[in-house]
Amino acid sequence: MLEIVNLHARAGDKQILNGITLTVNPGEVHAIMGPNGSGKSTLAQVLAGHPAYEVTGGEVRYEGQDLLDMDPELRAQAGVFLAFQYPVEIPGVSNAYFLRAALNEIRKARGEEEIDPVDFMDLVEEKLKLVEWGPEIMSRAVNHGFSGGEKKRNEILQMAVLEPKLAILDETDSGLDIDALRIVANGVNKLRRPDRSTIVVTHYQRLLNYIVPDFVHVLAGGRIIKSGGKELALELEAKGYEWLTEAVGSA
Amino acid sequence: MADRSGGVGVSGAILQDYVATSRDAGAGAPWLGALRQAGLDRFQAAGFPSTRDEDWRFLNLAPITGTSFRVADTDAAGVTRAALAPFLYPIPGVITLVFVNGRFAPALSDRHALPRGITLQPLAAALAAEGELVRRHLGQYATPVQSGFTALNTAFVADGLFLRVSRDTVLDAPVHAVFVTHSGADGVATHPRNLILVERGARAAVIESYVSLGQSAYLTNAVTEAVVEDGAYLEHTKIQRESERAFHVGTTHIRQGRDSRGLSFSVSFGAAICRNNLDVVLDGPGIEAQMLGLYMGRDRQEVDNHTSLLHAHPNCGTREVYKGILDDRSHGVFNGKIYVTPEAQKTDAKQTNRALLLSDAARIDTKPQLEIFADDVKCTHGATVGALDQASAFYLKSRGIGGALARKILTYAFAAEVLEEIPYEPVRAALEAVVMSRLEARTEG
Ligand SMILES: Nc1ncnc2c1ncn2[C@@H]1O[C@H](COP(=O)(O)OP(=O)(O)O)[C@@H](O)[C@H]1O
Ligand SMILES: [Mg+2]
Repeated sequence: MLEIVNLHARAGDKQILNGITLTVNPGEVHAIMGPNGSGKSTLAQVLAGHPAYEVTGGEVRYEGQDLLDMDPELRAQAGVFLAFQYPVEIPGVSNAYFLRAALNEIRKARGEEEIDPVDFMDLVEEKLKLVEWGPEIMSRAVNHGFSGGEKKRNEILQMAVLEPKLAILDETDSGLDIDALRIVANGVNKLRRPDRSTIVVTHYQRLLNYIVPDFVHVLAGGRIIKSGGKELALELEAKGYEWLTEAVGSA
Repeated sequence: MADRSGGVGVSGAILQDYVATSRDAGAGAPWLGALRQAGLDRFQAAGFPSTRDEDWRFLNLAPITGTSFRVADTDAAGVTRAALAPFLYPIPGVITLVFVNGRFAPALSDRHALPRGITLQPLAAALAAEGELVRRHLGQYATPVQSGFTALNTAFVADGLFLRVSRDTVLDAPVHAVFVTHSGADGVATHPRNLILVERGARAAVIESYVSLGQSAYLTNAVTEAVVEDGAYLEHTKIQRESERAFHVGTTHIRQGRDSRGLSFSVSFGAAICRNNLDVVLDGPGIEAQMLGLYMGRDRQEVDNHTSLLHAHPNCGTREVYKGILDDRSHGVFNGKIYVTPEAQKTDAKQTNRALLLSDAARIDTKPQLEIFADDVKCTHGATVGALDQASAFYLKSRGIGGALARKILTYAFAAEVLEEIPYEPVRAALEAVVMSRLEARTEG
């Protein structure tokens, strides 16, 4: 599904990713943890194609294609989805209009017809249940005036409607109270499928109580310094990141 | 100095029209005759402004000053309610006064009983019925010396909206004054004149629309004077949807008293050349004022917004947001003057002006003009000109939306962010639809 080999990236003069290698197979859930500033969001944004980051080395293959060579909208149309750490507000444009436009672009790229408006409403109605929302949210402007929690929930709603093959969730848990966390995690879990892979970026172990990963990787200084199973997250919870980063620093 | 050549060229025709108009409205009191004469004298002395005047230097007025306009015929025949429908907004309780080619058209208007303490009339009627009150205010705020256009308007004062909301009275539905210039109006000039008096503690909302049926080239030269007394509240919305061959010069002068609140909203979509002057004078402490604007230009449209805000007393807060969307070879001007006198301590003034240029040939001249003579003040201004917001563009791309569709959505969002502050949902919805249809026309074209 996704193969990242020795990825280096920078923003302006700042070198941020220093050789990341990671393989994600279909159906797997990988958690990426690490202290603030370690490059987690940068990795997520580079995978989605954010123009602020320049890839200075390495390669990324997605379903056999050179992902880094694709425009961001083509990546999305090919099934890559990034749930933003800070979702953007789009005043005046309703959630319904926005989601339908996105879905239609993706369908057109796959050579499918645009979705019939009635079918779209049916689809949305079903997906809203996943995030325990009523239909009112669809007439509100995209993320505009949403609370932090609502924005995160809206990202999961978009993911549910767009049905990506590779979902990257960047700190989808941050700023959520326990109820919202449960709703968001539930949504993600219900979207788990054998052919859909998920990368969960998080600073805290808390989310991983709900979304149980197959693999956990620790990012520090733009490198994966340790990988393991789900028990690694618990160890990090107990000991913090210092023991790892110090061990690396003195090595 | 003004450019005399344009002024002198048209003044002969103007003089004849003036003589005709003043004879026709000849029943007017001597003070009115004197006011008009003062306007005419000033216009003949100074003429139209030109790019040599600091306040007009970005706007080429030659198409206006080089045309010999004539007085409009005021026959409302041919204008129907159906034809006006796209310019009316289904606001519950709205009172609509329609003016055709500058004159009140009762058959097209929709008036209903008003609470005591509210006088709503065409100005022509108020000049007769409320002569003394009108005399005390008319021409006191927007004066002929301010510009040749205001001078000319003053020379032709005849009709427009007159609204008085007396002390502590609330007018809960808005008044909508629709100035329509009708088809076959090539070369016609109208000079609507509006007077709005919101007395102590009263509340009112006024919408002024300037529209056209058909695609004529005419001149609308409108002046509005509004007085918002102590503790009063006025929402003033101006919607300019003239023909794209027309010329529109509109001056709105709002004087606010102590502890009053004011909202001025200005939307400009039409006219080949549009100039909006908005002067807000904060004439007491504790005032809040907001000035919001949205303008769109395409083809070779020229849209010039000049706003001026005078902070003359302490503890007043103002917020100004103007946004423009310029396409093709259109040209925008934004000049936002904020003047803070030494007495106006604790002034809090925020100004933002943003323009989106959708084509390489579109241009904007913007100039914030902060003149601050008090020391304990908070004044901020920010101007951005350019292309679409990168973060938003990436967000759309990350959802599979790129290219022309992304541009359309983001341009629409840029406009909607101002429009959502329009107080009435039906107005907002209608204007959002206008923006959307212009953007749709663009992607198809
Ligand atoms: N666009 C950018 N421009 C400059 N520096 C950046 C940019 N994005 C991230 N950085 C820097 O790169 C480092 C890693 O940031 P980020 O990837 O956001 O970390 P994390 O998500 O792990 O907290 C930080 O020092 C951050 O300040
Ligand atoms: Mg981050």
